[in-house]
This record gives sequence, structure tokens and C-alpha cells, in this order.
Amino acid sequence: MFLSPILRHAGVAATAALMLGTAPGVLLAETPPDTLVIADAIDDIVSLDPHEAYEFSGLDVVNNVYDGLVELDPSQPTGPQPGLAESWSVSEDGMTFTFKMKPGITFSSGNPVTAADAAYSLQRAVKINKSPAFILNQFGWTAENVDQMVTADGDTVVLKTDKAYAPTFLYNCLTAGVASIVDMKTVMEHDANGDMGNEWLKTNSAGTGAYVLKSYKPNEGYILEARAGHWRGDAAMKAVFMRHVPEAATQRLLLEKGDIDIARELTPVDIEGITGNADLKIQKDVGGQIFYLSFNQKNELYKNQKFLEAMRYAIDYQGLAETVLKGSMVPHQAFLPNGYLGALEDTPFSFDVEKAKALLAESGVTAPKIVMDVRNATDRMEMAQSIQNTFGQAGITVELNIGEGAEQLKRYRARQHDATLQSWGPDYPDPQTNAGSFAWNDNNADDASTGTLAWRNSYDPGPLNDMTAAAVMERDGDKRAAMYRDLQEQHRTTSPFIVMFQIGYNSAMRGNVSNFFTGGAIDSAAYWLVTK
Amino acid sequence: MTASSAPVSPWPARLRGLAGALISLALTLLGLLFVTFIISRVVPIDPVLSIMGQRASDAQIEEARVALGLDKPLWHQFLIYVGNMLRGDLGTSIGSGEPVLQAVARVFPATLELATLATIFGVLAGVPAGVLAATRPGSLADHLVRLVGLMGYSMPVFWLGLIGLLLFYGILGWVGGPGRLDALYDMQFQFEVTPVTGMILLDTALAGKWDMFANAFSHIVLPAALLGYVSMAYISRMTRSFMMNELGQEYITTARVKGMPEWRVIWVHAMRNVLVPLITVIALSYAYLLEGSVLTETIFAWPGLGSYITEALGRNDMPAVLGGTVVVGVAFITLNLVSDLLYRLVDPRAR
Repeated sequence: MFLSPILRHAGVAATAALMLGTAPGVLLAETPPDTLVIADAIDDIVSLDPHEAYEFSGLDVVNNVYDGLVELDPSQPTGPQPGLAESWSVSEDGMTFTFKMKPGITFSSGNPVTAADAAYSLQRAVKINKSPAFILNQFGWTAENVDQMVTADGDTVVLKTDKAYAPTFLYNCLTAGVASIVDMKTVMEHDANGDMGNEWLKTNSAGTGAYVLKSYKPNEGYILEARAGHWRGDAAMKAVFMRHVPEAATQRLLLEKGDIDIARELTPVDIEGITGNADLKIQKDVGGQIFYLSFNQKNELYKNQKFLEAMRYAIDYQGLAETVLKGSMVPHQAFLPNGYLGALEDTPFSFDVEKAKALLAESGVTAPKIVMDVRNATDRMEMAQSIQNTFGQAGITVELNIGEGAEQLKRYRARQHDATLQSWGPDYPDPQTNAGSFAWNDNNADDASTGTLAWRNSYDPGPLNDMTAAAVMERDGDKRAAMYRDLQEQHRTTSPFIVMFQIGYNSAMRGNVSNFFTGGAIDSAAYWLVTK
Repeated sequence: MTASSAPVSPWPARLRGLAGALISLALTLLGLLFVTFIISRVVPIDPVLSIMGQRASDAQIEEARVALGLDKPLWHQFLIYVGNMLRGDLGTSIGSGEPVLQAVARVFPATLELATLATIFGVLAGVPAGVLAATRPGSLADHLVRLVGLMGYSMPVFWLGLIGLLLFYGILGWVGGPGRLDALYDMQFQFEVTPVTGMILLDTALAGKWDMFANAFSHIVLPAALLGYVSMAYISRMTRSFMMNELGQEYITTARVKGMPEWRVIWVHAMRNVLVPLITVIALSYAYLLEGSVLTETIFAWPGLGSYITEALGRNDMPAVLGGTVVVGVAFITLNLVSDLLYRLVDPRAR
């Protein structure tokens, strides 16, 4: 009555079609055996030009598609290894470095790799002057002089620096993505209005890496294809398919179903949820980001060493890491992240209310009150609330000033904060990156343009300035590492900084996936060693 | 009742109507631009600082401020903004440096495909359900339709999406997972199919890749059904009330007295009049899906306009957010216009 007879039949047919369309038979349960499928949030990618990429996800691509003169070993990223250069030497005066190129390597285009390509690449990185260019500018290379400072001579590349820096400083910086070697001929063919191929390289590749960029769609994903006959040996995974999946719960579901091999952005709750699943495994790593409290020394209170020390014992580092942060961070108490040359791995400060109280009494400060700026992100607010609680137990009142990240940064940069909970990620794989900011401030005036973290906290490092300056020039690698350890020992007991945590990476993967390296604190992900 | 006498001179009236519609369209657009502009300027986020971040020096920050035109007076900035929009320049994303128009052209088809399928589901389910409820008021069927509709209204789409995914993908395995295709098909699609429309169902069908089409369908069916459920809830409620109203009219009684079959009375005579207001309802719910599928897109890793705007918001990328918002606004206005035109077509009195 209610439906016409024809419609009724059509309805049955439509329902049947729907059910057929969604029948399980159409679905593929597993990822192809020679393809690695990864889910990650990759909306941070700005560019895939190796001389412009400066975000985690972009650098992951660069690491697999390009090589540098020197490289880090993904499985053991401790120090520079030969990359496209087979050997190198430094002159007596410490200002000229000569790299001898490995013979017989080709770009994905088939063009042979020459010293001229290497020189062109470093010149290009300086000339196009994108975000990471400053890493190379540190050696006195400018757009005007880089053609003279970086030259090719037969099968060698000669790099001149403006001062006799620590050789390890240069080598470490050459392992960064910005020092990737590109195929000069191919890149120049794609030059548009003198951009040195920048527009083209944003979404294409011209490198020597184990993979070639086949496709990149912003906010959707990218596909890398392995090169046959690669100089490192053929990669087991013939293709890498990265899917942009912003939601952690969705990543987890995809992984549990076997539709992806690796999930890189799971929350601690998800990690807990899949623990015990026999089909999956979890790989723990640390990243380069560190979390710290800092105190503005415009407030005289924060020049009181005993008071600073009292606060160092009033934080529940271990408890926070285990309960609130659930492994998303690990306790770490010096400004160089683990993995860096000269990093301090010990954690001398622990939560001790009685000791904090005693130190507070010794300091002569009565009823102290701190206003702490905190970004409105869940993990930071939870961290801040715990600190507020434990400081309170020690007799230190904390008022939290919670706000939007960029606004808080504005206050911090203008030295308007009292205290702040912040994070900091290193810029390049050399200790100078953090030492030069945490322990360097040669002009503490309000109108100075120093801008380092020390300056923002009105902190005059005094003798630590000289130690920082000396460490970046030290030519003996071991001695240099010792200098950074010494510098951090003094920094963590005298500065208005309390470094608390280093970020942890939890990569969850199918049980059959092996040899996936995230690059830890100083390098990026490597796909060419993965097997499954 | 339905056919009125022909107007004496239809053209001038029709032209007047069209001109009026166009003027109101222009004013609405200008209003939309004004509101989005104001929002972008009153949010307490320094756009320059959010781009430059921790490292930049004060001089670099000032330079960027000038480059973005943020040093000019507000009215001047607004004029530039409107001028750019009129030229089709939606600005450039701060994050990726990609023109927003280009990005929107890439992501919009995915949203359009999802919203269209969802609306089809919503109409196919909502209209019969509404009619069923209207023809049997107070019956079990009526209560059931109301209950199901109420659930569609009140349950958060985010939650429904997660539960749906867990049940139909995670446990039962009836549908494809998040994303528009399985990994393998996705890779094949990128290399073997030349995108024509940007909508995977259409593109795979045009290329004759039916296995890929089936896979794409298995991926879109769940998010589209969930969104369709929400719009069905709305459509069925409205259909019921429109239909009840019509069924009480004299011409229905006349038709019944003349012995016309009941399905003809309902689906031909009454439906013709129900359709008039229903078109507006459907158009509005379609427009709502174009902008309201943000959370669904995030959960289903659907690379559409909603995800684009959400992610841009997370990065404080205001040009991208505003550009996306303007596109949604324009889609809304366009659909309104289309429903207006359809309304005129269906309702002879409006001719």
C-alpha cells in the first residue's frame, strides 16, 4: 500500500547491491610483502626539497631519498660515517676540509655523482636560503662567498671555513638534511625563474638514496620506490607507502587489522591498549625534544642558588614519566638530549620533599610564589599540575598561567614571563645547537638581539659563555665531548633552567617488521633496512 | 490547486527575481568575507609568530609582518583581501606555501563525494521513513522512525564514527578501513588512473577499474552511511511533518474518494507538494555535510576539506582556514541558490 510495487522491487535490488559491495571478499587483509605501509601524521611537511625541508616528516623522506658526504649509521647513530665521500682530511690550520668522493655512484636519473654535484648542492643550500640554511651559514658561508668557500677539484670537494671550528662540528652539521647532495644536472633542468629547481624539488626527488619519491600528496601521503642496484645494496621493501592518518585511534585500528605495518603516532593510552597483543610489538626510542622549566632572572628570587636547588628536588620526575606521561617522555636532566656528543645520561635530581624544604629554609626565601606560563596542551597542563602539587608540598606556591602557544612564546621572547614550562628541539646533530642557546648570552641587555634561551631568561651564563665558545672550536673530538659534559654539569646546578624530560617515541608495528630505525634524537627514519 | 493561471507577463518578473537573487548573493558573499576577515583579525594569535616560531630574530619577524601586509591599516587589509578573493586568489598557506585555491581544488572533491553519497543515503532512507511515519501516525513504525531519528540527532558524529569503525571494520570486517582505498589499491590508483574528477568512485568507474571501484566503495560506505544517518534523521522528521500537512488537504480526500490507489495518492499527488519545501531541507542538509563532516573526516583519515581546515587550524595557518571557510560559505550560498531555482521549477506558483 505504502510503496508502489515497482519501487518495492527496486528497494530490494538496491539493498542487495549495497551488501554485495561491502562483502568481505573485496577487502585485502594484509599489506603486500615487499611494501612497507606506515601511518603517521605528516601534515608538518612544508617542502621535500632537501635544502628546505626542516620538519620531522619531511626530513624522514629526505633521509631515504638523499645522501650526504658523511652520514649517520641509522642502527648506531653515534658519529659521522662515510656517505658519498669515502675519506676526508683537515688542513693544519683547521680551516680547509677535503672530501674524496666515492667512485661509481649514480643518481636516480642515472647521472654519475661527481664532486661538482656535491659542491653545487652545498652552494645551492646556502643560496636558496631556506629555513635550515643557517646550519651551513655557521661556517662563514654566505650567498656571496659560498662559490669560493665550497669548490670542486677533480674527485674532491674542498670546504673552507672562516674560523678553525671543531672538525666534529662541521662533520655533524654535514649529516643534516640541508647538506644532502642533489643531482645538479636534473635540478638545473627544472630551474624556474632562477629558483634553482626549488619549486620542482618540493614534490620530486633527484638524489642517490635507496628510494625515489614517486608521489606526494599533501595531507594524504607519499610513495617511495626502491632503486634497483643501489650502492648500499637493494632495500628489502620495494615500496614505502606513507599514509597521513592524523587520529591515533584510527592508526591503532589500522595496525590491529594489519592494514598498515607501522603506526608512529599512537598515544600512551593506545600503546597500553595494544600491549599484550601477540601480533604487534612496540619499539621505544627517544627523540631530540627536551622539556624544561625556566625562570626569568629579572626576578631576583631566581638568582638565589639554594632556592633553585630546592626546586630541582621538588619535581617528581620518575612518577610523572610513569603515570601521567606513560612513557611518552623519559626523565632527562641536562640540555643535550641522549644521543648527542657529550650528552649526560645520569639523573642526579630526584623527588625529595624533605630535602627541598631544607634547601628552601637555607635559601632564606619565605613563602615564595611563582607564576608559571603553560601552553594549553594536555600533556603540558598535566605536567604543570603535578609540578604545582609537588612544589606546594615543598612550600612553594605555583600559579599556572595557561594560554595559547604562540601568545606564550611572545611573552617568553619579550622576557615578560616569571617562570615557564617549555620544550626545545635541537636544530642540527651537533651539541653546539643546544649549548649555543641554553648556555650562551653575551649581552644581557633588554634591547640586545641575542634571542638565545639564556637571554630570554635574563640569565648571564658568565664563565659558561667562554666554555661554550671554546667547545665549538675544540679540535680533539674526545676532549670536546668532555667539555660539553663539564659545561652541562655546571649549567644544571647553577642556571635558572631545570631540564626534566626527553621525548620518547613509541613506534608500534606488526610482529613481522624488523630493523625499523626512527633515527632517535639526531637522525631521521631509515626505511632501507626494514624487513618483514 | 497546483496549477495557477499563467501570469500576464512572466519575463520582467522573472528577470527582476533573478536580479534580486544576484544582488542578495553578492551581499551575502561580501558579508561572509567581512565576517571571516574580522575573525582572522580578532583571534588572539599572532600569525607572524606562529609561522616564525622559536628561532627567528625580531628583525626577521618584522620583515615577515610587512611581507604579509599586516603592517597596513585594517580597512586597507580588508580591501586587499576582498580584491584578492574576487580574483580567485584565496591566499597562500603559511605552512606549506601552497596556494589555498590549489589545495582546496585537491581536497574538495573528496568531501563532495562523501557528502553527495551521504545525502543520497539520507534521502533514500529519510523520505520513505518520513512518509511511512506520516501515513501511520501513532503506530509502532512512527515511533520507531522518531526514535531512530532522535538518536541520529543527538549522538555525536565523532563517537558514532569511532564505534562504527570499530564494529564494522575492526570486528566484523564488512567494510574497508579509514582512508579512501586499501594501501595496495591506493598505490595502483595513483599510478594507473588519471584523475578526472578527483572523486575516486567516478574516476575508477571512468577508467573501468571495477575492482578498485569496489574497494573504494567499501571504504566510503561507512562514513557516508554515518553522515547519511545524521541527515536522514533530519530529512525524515521534516518529510513526516510536510506529508502530514498535505494528507489533511481536501485534494487528497478528493483523490481518495475517486478511488485512486493509495500509493499514487501519496507518492504522486501529495509528494509533488511535499517536494517543494523538502528540496530546501535536502539542500541545507547537503550543505551542512559539506562543512560538517570535519570530525568524520579526521576519524576516517579522509583527505577532504574538513581535515584540511582542521589541520590548518592546528597550525594557526589562518589563510588556509579562511580560504577553506570561504569555499564552504560559497558552497552554502550556491546550494541555497540552486534550491531556490529548483523550488521555482517544482512549484508552479513560484514561476
